[in-house]
Amino acid sequence: MDGASIIGMEHFLVLAGVVFTIGVFGIFLNRKNIIVILMSIELMLLAVNINFVTFSAYLNDLVGQVFVMFILTVAAAEAAIGLAILVVFFRNKGSIDVEDLSDMKG
Amino acid sequence: MIVQAFAFYLFAGILLLSALMVVTARNPVHSVLFLILSFFNSAGLFVLLGAEFIAMIMVIVYVGAVAVLFLFVVMMLDISFTDLRKGAMNYVPLGVVIGSILLFELVAIYSYWQFSPSTENNLALPGGGFEGIGNAHAIGLVIYTKYVFAFQVAGLILFVAMIGAIVLTHRTRSGVRKQKIEEQQSRKASDVVEVKKITPGTGV
Repeated sequence: MDGASIIGMEHFLVLAGVVFTIGVFGIFLNRKNIIVILMSIELMLLAVNINFVTFSAYLNDLVGQVFVMFILTVAAAEAAIGLAILVVFFRNKGSIDVEDLSDMKG
Repeated sequence: MIVQAFAFYLFAGILLLSALMVVTARNPVHSVLFLILSFFNSAGLFVLLGAEFIAMIMVIVYVGAVAVLFLFVVMMLDISFTDLRKGAMNYVPLGVVIGSILLFELVAIYSYWQFSPSTENNLALPGGGFEGIGNAHAIGLVIYTKYVFAFQVAGLILFVAMIGAIVLTHRTRSGVRKQKIEEQQSRKASDVVEVKKITPGTGV
């Protein structure tokens, strides 16, 4: 872990924090477009993965990397289900606007 | 030493720029392509951290599967994306406020991060015993022994997601001439063949 010991952990952690913030900001910026919201969620998961791998490398503990694999699994499943729901929603409504997602409002 | 620092700032810079482009690009296809670029750069960062296996998994799973799925859906749906951006700017000030608070807090926590001296004793899996073997080998030694149950559950999650996605998107179209095996098999001669008595010379 040469590169790890040289650069300093806080660099990676701050980078992950900035990527996570960009993901949160993307949800506000594209609040009508579900596809870009899903991509923002992927960015936030990527930031979490960077955090896990950083701690794994600096603590010399492999569990962080094992956890990243499980997060990847759940992220892939989430993207597949989310996009499937999106396709069905588009077939029924003809749009992907979040504002049209109010059929179940009481 | 200089090389590692240069690589870090190169990967981190491109990662941040492409992540910003993902959320600000006007065309969703460009968003997906920038998402792919950011995944590649994060894979570079993982290689820099010594997690080669995760880096390769990142490229295969995210770029090869998830991003292509996004690209497929973006191109399949016939949507006017310009309409979707109307009125989107109303919420940008709120987003900037919340985002900057979050960023301030995260940076404030992370930039002075230090482990307490006893952290080494609390590790779930101390690094000892894995020296001299590759990263993928070490992960394999752990994931098929200590975390085999979680690994199987991860497979189950993927299975359920696959069935869910197929059930959600599958539909039977009307008006399509498609072979239906069970209908062919259950056809009986008595249902479809009719014998008519024809007297010669008169026609039907």
